[in-house]
Amino acid sequence: MEEFTGKVWLLGDDIDTDIIMPTEYLAMKTVKDMCPYAFSPLRPEMAAQIHEGDIIVAGKNFGCGSSREQAPEVIKALGIRCVIAGSYARIFFRNAINNGLLLIENADLVRDVKEGDEITVRVGDSILYGDKTYPISPLPQNLLDILDAGGLVRAMQRLNGIGKE
Amino acid sequence: MGMTLIEKIIAHNIGRESVTPGEIVTVNVDRVMVHDIFIPFVADKFEEMGFSKIWDPDKMVLIYDHLVPASQLDDARHFAKGDAFAAKYGVKNVHRSDGICHQLMTEAGYVKPGDIAFGTDSHTVTYGCVGAFSTGIGYTEMAGILGTGKLWIRVPETIKVEVNGTLPANVSSKDVILQILGDLRADGATYKSLEFVGSTFDAMSVASRMTMSNMTVECGAKCGLFAPDEKTAEYCGISAEDFKNDAFLQSLKGDPDAAYERVLTYRAEDFVPVAACPSQVDNIHPVSEIAGLAVDQVFLGSCTNGRLEDLAAAADILRGKKIAPFVKMIVTPASRKIYREALEAGILETLAEAGAMITHPGCGLCCGRAGGILTDNEVVVATNNRNFLGRMGTSKVQIYLASPKTAAWTALTGRISVPE
Repeated sequence: MEEFTGKVWLLGDDIDTDIIMPTEYLAMKTVKDMCPYAFSPLRPEMAAQIHEGDIIVAGKNFGCGSSREQAPEVIKALGIRCVIAGSYARIFFRNAINNGLLLIENADLVRDVKEGDEITVRVGDSILYGDKTYPISPLPQNLLDILDAGGLVRAMQRLNGIGKE
Repeated sequence: MGMTLIEKIIAHNIGRESVTPGEIVTVNVDRVMVHDIFIPFVADKFEEMGFSKIWDPDKMVLIYDHLVPASQLDDARHFAKGDAFAAKYGVKNVHRSDGICHQLMTEAGYVKPGDIAFGTDSHTVTYGCVGAFSTGIGYTEMAGILGTGKLWIRVPETIKVEVNGTLPANVSSKDVILQILGDLRADGATYKSLEFVGSTFDAMSVASRMTMSNMTVECGAKCGLFAPDEKTAEYCGISAEDFKNDAFLQSLKGDPDAAYERVLTYRAEDFVPVAACPSQVDNIHPVSEIAGLAVDQVFLGSCTNGRLEDLAAAADILRGKKIAPFVKMIVTPASRKIYREALEAGILETLAEAGAMITHPGCGLCCGRAGGILTDNEVVVATNNRNFLGRMGTSKVQIYLASPKTAAWTALTGRISVPE
């Protein structure tokens, strides 16, 4: 079982995609260029302080609002290992899976955890925080297939007979 | 057992008798829309996936609206990239300055009742106003559709919203949808379909229904549908006879014995003018509660409320009067067609005489890129669909979302006002 430990960034309910990546920066050439501005309307200091392997823990309806796929892409580009939220808005959810960003649904952790604390994720099984364990419910098979392929681009490449098997 | 409206559209699309909420099915896509912000990403992903042709180039519509006219040097790159993609793959449906994508998709006849359409924008839900299933997706999925013509979806549960009776004269469909959003909350319909029924909606214009479908994504909905009627047929260029004789179109309504997850029921007479207060779309309060707050700017426009009836409602209030001297009022018709109609009807002249600035159709101000962005502590009453932190300028701008009537009265007095 894949297992990793990371430091928590704690966010609230209804974190919309305008907060994750403001429209102002959407026409920049690459997602890397956009990274410094991630979460800037809410927490301008945050993007610069995120380290590879950190984990975002948030409340309900994470990623609501605009369909901008730069939102999950920029989270991934910042080095965030996974997002754990109470629930997700549907377009963000699809976009994240299609980009191979791991999303975990759990409504309890956000109430218990403190920012800066470390948590351990056992993928597909559970989250460990202090002496507590939080279960992870499984994703539907068609989504696991996309994640297994390494995202939708890779899945389509496979369909077209190109790229690595 | 009967079916809800969304179940009928999906079942018909995949050639089945019925579908069940929660089921994952692959649908055949009738139309797709890509706008200027995302076309470079769609183009890159499409080629990276290894596709060499679009499954049906006539089913793609490319619309420049978010960046029109360009406000940053980088914007022009999006037009060049879009033009090159259209030329290379034979896309003929390209609109370079005709209006906002969600207005054009039904106005120009690209989406009809019963269709399934996807767009790279969350407000793609707008086409539910004509009884089409349409919803927003990201650019990677769009690239996949362009190659395959298909997309997987989860059949949604349906929440029925029933409103009967006559709305008070100072209440618009915008107030109705804002109140519903306040009651359902920002995640109250996540992954679900909303179905609007009742005499209040029967009496509404297609334009008013469009305002409602447009905002259903603000409570997380996958779509917000109205059963097509004679008004829909006329708007979509379907003759009354063809509409009556088309068994599928006639079937497009929720069955009495369909399974609804939840039913919300309202009396039209109970609605009052409301506003979404900073900085969440579900933070709904009666306008009377916030009346008197001085404003710096009023925005009338967007794919939510930039149609002829919206501009006409404001013109009726402002005719022969002047807006408050310290208020900047920006009016943006949703499309070139609406702009011309409003011009010919004297509406733009009335609004300009009253002190409003009239701009070309586009998304600039609504998405905070251009054409009237605001700064710290400024207050704006706006008719668009989002008041998120930083949406129309800095994160300290106070955005109040309201109806065109509330916006016009507010411009007139310079303070948030209940329309009379």
